[in-house]
Amino acid sequence: MTLRKYLVMAGVSVFAPVGDSLLSYGMKQVGNIPIRRISELLLAIANPWIALGVLFLLAFFASYMTALSWADLTYVLPASSLGYILLALIARFALHENISVMRWLGIVLVSAGVGFVTTGPELTRKPPRRRSGGDVAVQRP
Amino acid sequence: MIRHAISNLNGWLAILAIVLSSCAGDVLLSRGMKQIGDLGALRRKRGLIFVFLLVSRNRYFLLGVGCMAFSFYSLLFGLSWNDVSLVGPAAASLTFVANAIAARFFLHERVDRRRWAAALFVAAGVVLMAF
Repeated sequence: MTLRKYLVMAGVSVFAPVGDSLLSYGMKQVGNIPIRRISELLLAIANPWIALGVLFLLAFFASYMTALSWADLTYVLPASSLGYILLALIARFALHENISVMRWLGIVLVSAGVGFVTTGPELTRKPPRRRSGGDVAVQRP
Repeated sequence: MIRHAISNLNGWLAILAIVLSSCAGDVLLSRGMKQIGDLGALRRKRGLIFVFLLVSRNRYFLLGVGCMAFSFYSLLFGLSWNDVSLVGPAAASLTFVANAIAARFFLHERVDRRRWAAALFVAAGVVLMAF
């Protein structure tokens, strides 16, 4: 893992919870949308917080796709769950929410899971597949 | 009583739909990206627009995004029948375990003990964080 790859993983973990929090904050401002006025959901994007949240989620998707292009799914998913921990810490220290003992225990378990997976290799190395009907080394004119 | 049972059943059906579709989506996206190769290296070599076109024309990527969209609407359906504190963590934690199984069989990833432990710890942690 190079520094660039760690930065991409950090992007996966950070952009998603920040984007979700921005959407949540924006939707509280927009208010409830009843089912018969569902088209108003499309106008919600005009709220600056929601627009910013969507931008963050797009950034998350880009970094998620980049991470999947060089790492296993079973590596990226647990590693990206660092975001849950980040969200809980934002809630505790920035929003001053109360965090129960159970939730702290959950944070410890998620951290342990992240620790487990990130100490291993990020990609399953597969033996190169031989093409049928011929030697790979043979050069065709 | 019956109303409560129906609401519960719909909630769990939604959770099942979310888990299956987001798992399928993740596997398809992962396969598509592996097919394309290192996006960072490609961007440096051929530019951002080339990478964008390459990704947006990949069949696995498009199918994966479709599955993700289905999963999102299943989540909205689930939220209309049951509490976010049940649907969110239940779907998220079951997806971690389902993904480990799917990656083993469909992507032929080497899911060793360390990765199983990671999937189970994260799944359990997500459930606890709902309390």
